[in-house]
Amino acid sequence: MSVLMEREQTAASTGKGPKFAVVRFPGSNCDQDAFYVIKDVLEAQVDYVWHQETRLDGYDVIILPGGFSYGDYLRTGAVARFAPIMEAVRAHAERGRLVIGICNGFQILCEAGLLPGALVRNASCKFVCKYVTLRVENTTSPFTSAYKQGQILRIPTAHGEGCFVCDTATLQALESENRVLFRYVDAQGEANAEGNPNGSLANIAGIANATFNVMGMMPHPERASEKILGSADGRGVFESLVRAALAK
Amino acid sequence: MPQVKVVVTLKPTLLDAQGRVVQNALHSMGYANVEQVRIGKYMELELAANGSGDPAALASEIKEMCDRLLANPVIENYQFEVVE
Repeated sequence: MSVLMEREQTAASTGKGPKFAVVRFPGSNCDQDAFYVIKDVLEAQVDYVWHQETRLDGYDVIILPGGFSYGDYLRTGAVARFAPIMEAVRAHAERGRLVIGICNGFQILCEAGLLPGALVRNASCKFVCKYVTLRVENTTSPFTSAYKQGQILRIPTAHGEGCFVCDTATLQALESENRVLFRYVDAQGEANAEGNPNGSLANIAGIANATFNVMGMMPHPERASEKILGSADGRGVFESLVRAALAK
Repeated sequence: MPQVKVVVTLKPTLLDAQGRVVQNALHSMGYANVEQVRIGKYMELELAANGSGDPAALASEIKEMCDRLLANPVIENYQFEVVE
């Protein structure tokens, strides 16, 4: 562990409020952005946790950050899903505690079976690196309570394999249980082909599990949590998590 | 020493974006008769000598490897062949 990381951990652990863990896999590259938002923007507690660790005791929220864990070898998230820390992530989720996967984190959660479906290569075959427009579909979840129903968000996305697919029964369950939390929309707020950056089924950008304590989304709210960075629309995800963790 | 050859393919119901790009390239090269391209993965596993010598046990172990890691049953099919 580097001196810088040690100092960051010490400083963060003395803070107040809910305690977040950002899991680092080899190839994670949005871990620092997530850490920064939790520590400096929301002023909550946060630690990095290396993927070889096996315990996540004492954390309220686990973040699986974006990146290219294990070089995306075989399939995105396929190898990371067997990292030692993932048993602790599963146990945390099974206890009803909060887990959020962003981009590669979403892919890992699907591979691990903690979320249904899978993320495959974008229909366009292009790496999509741009701001997208999202519509908040359900504000009763611990991940979206800071938003208004139907609120339109501008959040960056950066992925090559973000096309969400699942079977018909799974899609029906996701829709009927209001587990689609975010949908890609066009400038008018309509979920159509024009607003869909990657060919995702039903324009799905983010979903929750059946018990609403595990969530995955392809766009990057941690890159849009301060106006100076171009958008603060993603901040609501983390504010919602802080609120949910405090209420538990 | 058994060698296992595993072929993983995207389920037919899923769009194969890579395959489509390759098909378009073949068309632009003049191979107008190519109606579809599907891209899969081929893996070779070298295994230590089969301890029990039981082909059924070996097949069931390989199936487990495929289901757990080598393929994602949500989006992919697989086939394998054991070559002694």
